[in-house]
Amino acid sequence: MVAEADLQTVDMLLNMGPQHPSTHGVFRIVLTIDGERIVDAEPHIGYLHRGTEKLCERENYRQIITLFDRLDYVANFNNELVFVMAAEKLMGLEVPERAQFIRVILAELNRISSHMLFYGAFGTDIGVLATPFMYGFRERERIQQLFEAVTGARMMHSYFRVGGVADDLPDGFTAHTRALLDELKRGVQECDRLLTYNEIFLERTVNVGAITGEEAIDFGVSGPVLRASGVPMDVRVAEPYLVYDRFDYEIPLGKNGDCWDRFWVRIEEMRQSIAIVEQALAMMPEGPFQAPVAKFGFVRPPRGDTYARAENPRGDFGVYLVSQGENTPYRVKIRGPSFCNLMALKRMTVGHYIADAVVILGSLDIVLGEVDR
Amino acid sequence: MIGFFKSLAVTLQSMLRKPVTVQYPGEHLPMSPRYLGFPGLLWDDAVDEPACTGCLVCARYCPTDCITVSMKDNPLHKEGKSKRRKIVDDFQIRMERCILCGICVEVCNFEAIAMTDYHEEADISRGDLIATKEDLFRMGRDYQKRAGIVVGAGSGSEGEE
Ligand code: SF4
Ligand code: SF4
Repeated sequence: MVAEADLQTVDMLLNMGPQHPSTHGVFRIVLTIDGERIVDAEPHIGYLHRGTEKLCERENYRQIITLFDRLDYVANFNNELVFVMAAEKLMGLEVPERAQFIRVILAELNRISSHMLFYGAFGTDIGVLATPFMYGFRERERIQQLFEAVTGARMMHSYFRVGGVADDLPDGFTAHTRALLDELKRGVQECDRLLTYNEIFLERTVNVGAITGEEAIDFGVSGPVLRASGVPMDVRVAEPYLVYDRFDYEIPLGKNGDCWDRFWVRIEEMRQSIAIVEQALAMMPEGPFQAPVAKFGFVRPPRGDTYARAENPRGDFGVYLVSQGENTPYRVKIRGPSFCNLMALKRMTVGHYIADAVVILGSLDIVLGEVDR
Repeated sequence: MIGFFKSLAVTLQSMLRKPVTVQYPGEHLPMSPRYLGFPGLLWDDAVDEPACTGCLVCARYCPTDCITVSMKDNPLHKEGKSKRRKIVDDFQIRMERCILCGICVEVCNFEAIAMTDYHEEADISRGDLIATKEDLFRMGRDYQKRAGIVVGAGSGSEGEE
């Protein structure tokens, strides 16, 4: 027998991804492990790099909307929204109220569908094989059918335009949405009951990957991940855009900043989003859906630069837009919330077991399309 | 133990429910009238010629540069039957690059192209993924008949959606 102190142990490198079922896309993380414990974690990104920012310099303002759909491909409306808001800010354009309400409704529904995807994928990460995934996708499908009725596409909508939206809402939209909201309320309730206070689920998530509010701020984390640590920061409240200041809703806050809090915050956010859509439906005015701008949305904002931001399902999504007065932007810089949230991954994983790394990554809910851009 | 019965209850509940799954190749979900399927070219039945003049506007504004168009002189114009001076000679869309964004439909000044509801256009070789003029007219004219679009009946957004 050799005494344990005499053993020469070396840390092992474990390569997770880019083709790993739990990395939510093509994401690679190199873990240094000591036995089952993680000593170091180094994320490698860039496998999905498509050069969106560079492409934006040669496409015109109408074409760029199609590129923004493909950044965070789970929250398409939210992305489009930020870009058109940036262009409108630069042009000093007043968007008709109806268009603003349409945008709010679609963006909030998109938030629900995105969180539903998170719910399904997170359940699978924990090890609950199919049920949450099916529940999540059942609800998501309902929302996507509504989106298809409005925009014609299930995911890549390109529906928002500089100055408004592409077309008015279809007939029967209000009734369809009301019915959808009723179903969603039931769906969220069911999802909540299935997982949130399940014993095994609690074991796997409580106190796993905890991060304090101050640390989260230091890492530049935003969105549900930040709010799970108890920091009351939501762009919808802090810097109201569109008509968000007219609704009555709450910002759910977590306490410990662990995986369970991040999960719970998102479940509650879905309920709040349903409340926002309900109020917006009741308040939506009639009127034009598009401000008069250049034909086909081929606008030429004046020379200058601006920054627009909005609360995406994943956090604070920002666009810095520089225009030289031409039909293409001079520079578009995108602040992706997934990218910034990923910064905290190392801090969260070190000291935990390998199996927890999967859970923590799942709780960050990154979308690689927007991390790599 | 309690957890076991709880999960059994979930199973029993979903057993009694109607499935939401649609058995895809056999069954289809209803498509919305605005569905953005593959773009197709429309036909002007009044003159019996393509509505497209080969003006290249769609090719210029397509974000993925997947359209190839060429134009020729319209023989029917010389005979005085048609108002179109030029007419499309060849028209190709590369399906593997088209992102179904609908910009080509928005910018066309002649209502000559529309987003059809064709969406099952997968194929086994790359070459077959280039939609030729014939393919585009097949899709476009079929869609036109079903959706009741008449080229030249009105101006503006007739062909859209
Ligand atoms: S489809 Fe329309 S825009 Fe394209 S070449 Fe024909 S007429 Fe011009
Ligand atoms: S739908 Fe978009 S990508 Fe496809 S041919 Fe038309 S403009 Fe090009």
